Amino acid sequence: MRPLEPISQPARLWLGVSFFVVFFAGWALATLGGYVPKIFLADPITMVEDGWRLLTKFGFGLDIAITIWRVVGGFVLAVIVAVPLGILMGAYKPIEAFFEPFVSFARYLPASAFVPLLILWAGLGETQKLLVIFLGSVFQIVLMVAVVVGNTRRDLVEAAYTLGSGDRSVVRRVLIPMNAPEIAEILRLVLGWAWTYVIVAELIGSSAGIGHMIIDSQALMATGQIIFGIIVIGVIGLVSDFLFKLVNRRLFPWRLA
Amino acid sequence: MSKLIVENLSRVFPGVHGGAAVTALQPTSLSVGDNDFVTILGPSGCGKSTLLRMIAGLDRPTSGTITLDGRKITGPGPDRGMVFQSYTLFPWLTISENIAFGLTEKGMNPMEARDIVAAYIDRVGLKGFENHYPKQLSGGMQQRTAIARALANDPAVLLLDEPFGALDNQTRALMQELLLGIWEREKKTVLFVTHDIEEAIFIASRCLVMSARPGRIKADIAIDLPYPRHYTLKTSPEFSSLKARLTEEIRAEAVLAAAH
Repeated sequence: MRPLEPISQPARLWLGVSFFVVFFAGWALATLGGYVPKIFLADPITMVEDGWRLLTKFGFGLDIAITIWRVVGGFVLAVIVAVPLGILMGAYKPIEAFFEPFVSFARYLPASAFVPLLILWAGLGETQKLLVIFLGSVFQIVLMVAVVVGNTRRDLVEAAYTLGSGDRSVVRRVLIPMNAPEIAEILRLVLGWAWTYVIVAELIGSSAGIGHMIIDSQALMATGQIIFGIIVIGVIGLVSDFLFKLVNRRLFPWRLA
Repeated sequence: MSKLIVENLSRVFPGVHGGAAVTALQPTSLSVGDNDFVTILGPSGCGKSTLLRMIAGLDRPTSGTITLDGRKITGPGPDRGMVFQSYTLFPWLTISENIAFGLTEKGMNPMEARDIVAAYIDRVGLKGFENHYPKQLSGGMQQRTAIARALANDPAVLLLDEPFGALDNQTRALMQELLLGIWEREKKTVLFVTHDIEEAIFIASRCLVMSARPGRIKADIAIDLPYPRHYTLKTSPEFSSLKARLTEEIRAEAVLAAAH
């Protein structure tokens, strides 16, 4: 091995898969070998059986669908508010000066700490779940988009001016298309974080969803189900990440040119 | 009649963090005739780019005025096309779309724009690259596109800020001939900033030599070499004597600039 030396695509795939194998082998050895009591950690086989039972007998598919809907719903709301605001802040310094200090402060307010308040305000329904995701995502997106747009290459903006662009045209024809791939990348990142907020929202006062199943399973000491729930979230995250990358590649071919 | 008139134009940059203010350009006056090809030659940091950027409207003068075709310049506009030293093609647009950028801004209908773009693609020798992205092109090709993009807008003056500065010598020589060819055919008023003496002579009808910072115009030399010019001109005795003269003018300034 030499620093920064690239590796071939098959080798990359093979190495990536092999760690999963090592991980599951280690887990199987620890549990099936009797090193860890079953009550603390279920073995992989029990986990798969529990998962199968959840899906076939207890309608866990519906829980998954509900959780996905909450994440996507709250995230889309956040994007609708945050992306335009972030672009405006990046483009116009007075707007940035007005919002930036508050948003920077609000960014550090933990979304999970708002759960009790939100339950008080919005009840236990879907609104409260969406609000947790919204609060957790919106400030992050605003700030990151503002920074990216604010760092647009100045010479490209100047070139547009000398070609006859006005101020609004510079925003519409330079700042937005130039930074669109970066913004898409930010959304991909924040969507990953949104998944952690949804589980927190579902752990408290919820009657459906992956997080709700996990809390229920804790009462039953069903560690196999808990692990299955966690793995489902990981797989959904992986799939959404992959889809995001695929869409980005389609939307912004010039990045790969 | 003069096309572009610069009167007592100066630029002082305020000191950073309480430091002393820097005079980039001393009050400078200049008059450029219609269809002149003027090169502005000077050592680095002499304010030649600052002068050009103020004419483009990208930088505000501390004092003085700039008048183009009788109208005072207050900001950037499509009547002054600019080619930058850095590669400033829009990376998300194809070569054709880049050249059409200013035409779209004018609200020209796409059919009409397409003809103009095709003509300029042809003129800068980029046929077959219309649908490439800038990243896929070499530096020389990108700068050719940038020239086409500026010219497609039909500006009253074309401003070039060391456009070939980042190119290798051979490419640079070819680019000079290409630009010269376009100018000989289309007749445009051109201001071209460079620190390369040969370049400043070869393409210009008039060369302004700038002093070291604080910048001012030190010499105004007519380049009376016949057109159309051919690259072999660079080895002629007339060219050599001009080069010797400019080298002398610029050397003293370079020594001063290096001492700063």
